[in-house]
Amino acid sequence: MTIAPMAQPTEPTSAPSPTPVSRKPRLATIWLDGCSGCHMSFLDQDELLITLAARADLVYSPIVDTKAFPENVDITLVEGAIGNAEDLAKILHIRRNTRLLVSLGDCAVTGNVSAMRNSFGVIPILERVYHEPALLHPATPQTDLPALRERVCPLHEVVHVDLFVPGCPPNAATIAYCLDALLEGRMPDLSQHTRFGK
Amino acid sequence: MTRRIEINPVTRIEGHAMISLHLDDAGLVQQAHLHVNQLRGFEQFCVGRPFYEMPALMARICGICPVSHLVAASKACDELLAVQVPPTATKLRRIMNLAQIIQSHALNFFHLSAPDLLLGMDSDPTQRNLFGLLQSHPERARDGIRLRQFGQQIIEQLGGKRIHPGWIVPGGVNEPLSKAHREQMLGMIPAALAIIERTLTWFPPLLDQFRAEIQTFGNFPSLFVGLANHQGTLEHYDGGIRVMDSAGNSIAQWLEPNHYADYIGEAVEPDSYLKSPYYKPLGYPDGMYRVGPLARLNLVDRCGTPRADAALTAFNARYPRPVLSSFLYHYARLIEIMYGIEQIELLLNDPDILSEHVRAFAEPNRSEGIGVSEAPRGTLIHHYRIDGQGLVTYANMIIASGNNNLAMNRGILQAARHFVHGTEIKEGMLNRVEAVIRAFDPCLSCSTHAAGAMPLHICLHAPDGRLLHELWRE
Ligand code: SF4
Repeated sequence: MTIAPMAQPTEPTSAPSPTPVSRKPRLATIWLDGCSGCHMSFLDQDELLITLAARADLVYSPIVDTKAFPENVDITLVEGAIGNAEDLAKILHIRRNTRLLVSLGDCAVTGNVSAMRNSFGVIPILERVYHEPALLHPATPQTDLPALRERVCPLHEVVHVDLFVPGCPPNAATIAYCLDALLEGRMPDLSQHTRFGK
Repeated sequence: MTRRIEINPVTRIEGHAMISLHLDDAGLVQQAHLHVNQLRGFEQFCVGRPFYEMPALMARICGICPVSHLVAASKACDELLAVQVPPTATKLRRIMNLAQIIQSHALNFFHLSAPDLLLGMDSDPTQRNLFGLLQSHPERARDGIRLRQFGQQIIEQLGGKRIHPGWIVPGGVNEPLSKAHREQMLGMIPAALAIIERTLTWFPPLLDQFRAEIQTFGNFPSLFVGLANHQGTLEHYDGGIRVMDSAGNSIAQWLEPNHYADYIGEAVEPDSYLKSPYYKPLGYPDGMYRVGPLARLNLVDRCGTPRADAALTAFNARYPRPVLSSFLYHYARLIEIMYGIEQIELLLNDPDILSEHVRAFAEPNRSEGIGVSEAPRGTLIHHYRIDGQGLVTYANMIIASGNNNLAMNRGILQAARHFVHGTEIKEGMLNRVEAVIRAFDPCLSCSTHAAGAMPLHICLHAPDGRLLHELWRE
């Protein structure tokens, strides 16, 4: 399967930009309900990160200071499942602004460990964590916090996903292989590279 | 009536958090809160599962320090089995634990904090990251990448995988160390030592540029808590809990880790999923304590390896003990990296390290087990109870960086009072408030057993609710 090569954003930006428009593909990474392990595996590309920085602009990620998810992102790697109301709002926003959305790791692909709370339900979990008699001021924290979803679900249950990369986490070589193919405009064949729980 | 500022999310930290600041009519910060916004419920969903799944399952609390959870969970399971772990297995576990401390400290120092330290707190936010650093200070950035790689490679050589290796198991480890891997690891030591030597040369002079930050980034009296051994040297795997006060007096020399519930309490605050542990004898919130590299260096007599001891002496010559400024966690991290590399070399040269006897087998012999270790960010406690079938009936975890919750809240208040004022908010002011959190290096994925992120949107409201000033940081 082939996909169109990465082009610069096709939609005009609202205001003319003072700096020349970058011709590099725009890459984003985000963590939702996961353990950060998939992001650590991304960083495990080690010095390949230097090459990556030359080939793509990292426009949004927990390791950069961009606070709002930008428009016209070419590739977004998403770690983690949808666990609370905020995760859902974010993934919908990301989908609208991303050309190729990648489910990175088993939590994003299947729900994995993040979804293990589903068989208990939210109330028993909150009771267990915040209402033990040994605690001082036992109560469920609610002020300024997003509500937990009753059911944690994988990304493709709520948005269209373009590529699934299983693994817990997928190893750095697999991530590098995927990015290389995507940046060259190919869809990677992952059958030889990773599997669930790897 | 107060005005409120939100910093959301806090970036370049490990996990998902928001900060809110409340200002009075005069524009002075009255309150500051760190809100940690996710929760995953490991304590609950492990119930009913076989105890031997716990190390691999609990490692998924956090991909940044999974080895800490492997260690604490396996130690708790060792107690359930009531076996003696073979000495070589203990040494191998120690090596992996140290390798993880090195990689995690390198991640915080170079990938997350060095952009503030080398480019400046007020520098262009679009460049203030690892990639900006690769442009402006390529050698420093590469050193950081290589040092983190060193730690991750050791973990991989031992456990076959960099993140979530399944190698530490109840009773020991599941494979002995091969001669070839030992040689490879020993071969990597000199380059790693050279990097940390270099870093310990350029970083301390840089601190002159951060006098105001050292003064105000969580610089206050508190207790310090961590594991201690009988030699008075750094201890990340075993030993007893030591508690020191802010004058440097030991107020508890050796508390049994298994009795943690007698002296550590946890409070719930309405605006954070992260609970607030405190030292019970002093009550809440006076029992606020700090853990992690700075606490550990305050607690020990010396590190126990020559180069790290020299570095600690130089540190304390400039900042006498007990060191109270949380900004100096950065310095403490570098000293611990040095210690970790030297200690790994010593352990790899241990005559028994290649022994094939690395695991003790048994059925469960006890119904309750507690495992305690020092994670990169501080003391970590796993506590399980099982039924007659070996199925978990109860699990409780006190997570390393959660211990610092009270101190982090105090720290952002102190820095915000110093740096944030007036009706106009500047990005650099808020970056400093975030940088306090980076200095503590909380692993929030861990502490709430969760993670995430969202845009920074700061609103400054007048007492009547009118929007005075709005800033989106992009
Ligand atoms: S897939 Fe595994 S490594 Fe990735 S976030 Fe989930 S638990 Fe962590």
